[in-house]
Amino acid sequence: MNLPGGTIHGAGDRYNWRDSAYVSAITIASMVLMALVLAIGSALLWQSLPAIRTLGLGFITSHEWDDAAGKYGSAAFLSGTLYSSLLAILVSVPISICSAIFLAEIAPKWIRLPVTFIIELLAAIPSVVYGLWGIFVLIPLLRDKVMTPALASPSITKIPIVKSLFTGAGYGPSMLAAGLLLAIMITPFITAICRDILNAIPSMQRDAAAGMGCTQSETILKVVLPSAAPGLIGAVMLGFGRAFGETMAVTMVIGNMTPNTPDGKSLGLFDPGYTIASAMANKFTEATPGIATAALIELGLVLFVTSMLINFAARSLVKVAMRRLG
Amino acid sequence: MSSLARTPILRQRRLANGLFQSICAVSAVVAMTILGYILWFLLRQGLEYFKPTLFIRLPDNVNPALGGIKHSIIGSAGILFIALGISLPVGILSGIYQAEARGKLSQSVRFLTDVLNGIPSIVIGLFVYAIWILPYALKHPGQGYSGLAGGAALGIMMIPLVMRTTDEMLQLVPQSLWDASLALGTPRWRTMLLIILPAARNGIVTGVMLALARVAGETAPLLFTVLGNEFEGPFTGPIDALPLRLYKYATSADPVQNSIAWSTALTLILMILTLSVIARLITRSGKK
Amino acid sequence: MRLFTFHANTATSAMGSLEPTLNVAINGAGATFPAPLYNAWAQDYGQKRQVSINYQAIGSGGGIKAISARSVDFGATDSPMTDAELAQAPGVLHIPTCVGCVVAAYNIPGVQASIKLTGAVLADMFTGKVGTWNHPSIVALNPGIKLPAVRVVPVSRADSSGTTAIFTSYLARVSASFKTEIGEGKSVNVKVGVKGKGNDGVAALVRQTPGAVGYVELAYAEKNNMPFATIQNAKGNWVVASIKSATESATAKDLPGDFRAMITNTQDKEGYPIAGFTWLLIYPNAKREVKDFIRWCLTDGQKSAAKYDYAPLPESVRRRAFAAIGK
Repeated sequence: MNLPGGTIHGAGDRYNWRDSAYVSAITIASMVLMALVLAIGSALLWQSLPAIRTLGLGFITSHEWDDAAGKYGSAAFLSGTLYSSLLAILVSVPISICSAIFLAEIAPKWIRLPVTFIIELLAAIPSVVYGLWGIFVLIPLLRDKVMTPALASPSITKIPIVKSLFTGAGYGPSMLAAGLLLAIMITPFITAICRDILNAIPSMQRDAAAGMGCTQSETILKVVLPSAAPGLIGAVMLGFGRAFGETMAVTMVIGNMTPNTPDGKSLGLFDPGYTIASAMANKFTEATPGIATAALIELGLVLFVTSMLINFAARSLVKVAMRRLG
Repeated sequence: MSSLARTPILRQRRLANGLFQSICAVSAVVAMTILGYILWFLLRQGLEYFKPTLFIRLPDNVNPALGGIKHSIIGSAGILFIALGISLPVGILSGIYQAEARGKLSQSVRFLTDVLNGIPSIVIGLFVYAIWILPYALKHPGQGYSGLAGGAALGIMMIPLVMRTTDEMLQLVPQSLWDASLALGTPRWRTMLLIILPAARNGIVTGVMLALARVAGETAPLLFTVLGNEFEGPFTGPIDALPLRLYKYATSADPVQNSIAWSTALTLILMILTLSVIARLITRSGKK
Repeated sequence: MRLFTFHANTATSAMGSLEPTLNVAINGAGATFPAPLYNAWAQDYGQKRQVSINYQAIGSGGGIKAISARSVDFGATDSPMTDAELAQAPGVLHIPTCVGCVVAAYNIPGVQASIKLTGAVLADMFTGKVGTWNHPSIVALNPGIKLPAVRVVPVSRADSSGTTAIFTSYLARVSASFKTEIGEGKSVNVKVGVKGKGNDGVAALVRQTPGAVGYVELAYAEKNNMPFATIQNAKGNWVVASIKSATESATAKDLPGDFRAMITNTQDKEGYPIAGFTWLLIYPNAKREVKDFIRWCLTDGQKSAAKYDYAPLPESVRRRAFAAIGK
């Protein structure tokens, strides 16, 4: 074991039982941690084996999930998860990054501390609370002010791209509600990380630009942001990963059924949807032991692997960015 | 010279500058307004049932307006306590390991910790159900769901946060402290325990409390592990927790229960807020 | 590690009979159909005894799974276990506790009165063939009521549900197209409308969504003042769901020895066609306190069932159920 700076031997440095106990304790704790993660991964794999063997690749490609018929296809859940997370990112990223720029660069010093404090508090609001607000405020608002007028309006049905987006059942619980709620949830999260990244950029770069006569916007857009780009992208990916695995708020507002289309997928924002996490939350308590449970655990495995990949890629980007700016 | 300052290009640039600054300011205001509105709405709706009976009574399923959520508050507090019991030893000791060791092994541990941090909470709940509750129920019929299992699930979620915070805080301790202590012949374990850890103590406590605040609101891991309860119960059996009760009342058809849901949300937020604020105060006091 | 045991203390028990000093905790999980009744019974029963009956309504499918995994003391379901399910839980007993009605509650803007629906029309609503409230088939049944041109939004269950089993059992018996398109059972694939979790979730969605029609137990509709449809039964009579019509549809039936049967589409003149028994699931070696509670439900509990909007068991069934509990 090396200490940062090398090993130091001093007078009376005896490697007694207490030191070995100490080393054992901290090593065992780390081993426990490693074992835990490996246990989770292998338990998921082990328990979903019956489903993997029986369903094979059809699990990912088929969109029909019918317990009674023994069909388990998660394609509809996957596309629902992807769609809602993408929506969340599309709506949240502009606001988060601009807010982060405001906090890190533009805002007067006396605003920065209290606002940062507030944002970090807002990031701690639990998912169920957002879901509660979503059910009683967001859904009625969207249904009455957005969906019903849009579905009734003749002009919307003529604009090409808008037409396929602003369509669907329009009962209230919908992909739009889930996407917007997720966007609201991940905004403080992404803002906080971006702010940290922007703050880490050495002021020398900004001073140099200012010295050459750049306005503040030009400094930010041409000097600061390009430096921060990898880190910002990493922050966005972390937000995406967070939205991807989000369960409660989504379950409460998304409608919990796959849209009524031949392939279970729909671009219509007003259609209800289903995500992987919601499907697990709703179906698990009643899944009969055997292939039904194994299929749901396989869903968990899919979620586990995709979240791991997204988070890993994101953290690498953030780490690279932070190290570059030192 | 003065004519340079009034060239059209400069005016354009100044305009663009102002525009960009405004966009950023407006974004920040929009974000804060929406979130602030949610909190204000929560406060307004939640005050209706936010009275003493909420905290000292159990639910009344015949006449919901008379009931309370006392057992959910106790349940949440107890589960967090159990989560601490699991995450503190593993998290802090692994954090110390990270700060002490710099080899391949520590890098693998760090990587796996990042993986653990990214696992969605519902998967962790599923894991605890499959590994603990199912086998236990087979051996002890009628039992299985427990507050201990719920606390374990939350504890597992907290471990990466505690580990990372311990590691970071220990690294902030000046190298000179390590060197001086070891040069004087103090054994390594004593150096860490009596000198380095106390120096990092405030930061670690802050990190732990923030981790607590983060998992206090988690519902998904509790869904499959604690079942829920209408009464107080021993933590070796099913218990209730604030996020669970909130979910149940939010999706209920009874308007009274819906209103109590808002008050439950308010209680939960206050609990999380208290933890966060205390955490910040500890950081502040340490900086003196 | 010292295990923590929390008990409600005597100080709080002095505050109200809602909080007895608890000594034994019984845990049950299952159907949302009888949940208001079971929770009320649990409260009444626990007031005078050292027992707390914790019933969590997670759906019939959840109740069956929980009792099969033996993670609870008793389960509850409104859909009798199939032979395959019984194989996973050998020896489990079905004990009927009461009779309930599944009603079609609706939210039609501007219409507060009770409308008439036949099973066939109801089936068409849930398959999407009848899409608006002013569809000719609905208007024909309700001449005196002005029905708006609002979309019909069927609300079904997202979770595995005995209520769904009862409802679809009826619809499958009266509509051949429903039987082929959707089928019957605890989980069916309704393709239109929205889905809610539990009877509560469906009732909430019906209340919040204009044009919705959803199937819930009578108690949920009554408690939330939701109008529900009058249904035409097999004998051609228009029957309003009530305790009386539920009891009528239950008496005409000869229940098999293990009590597993669906009683929908009753041939009784005054019977409500979408009624069903609901059962508690226990093993013969269940704890004494569990059996004492169920015995109470089948005796004193039956007297208060009507108060909570559920029909007590017919006497012959009640006696047989009591005997089935055993020692």
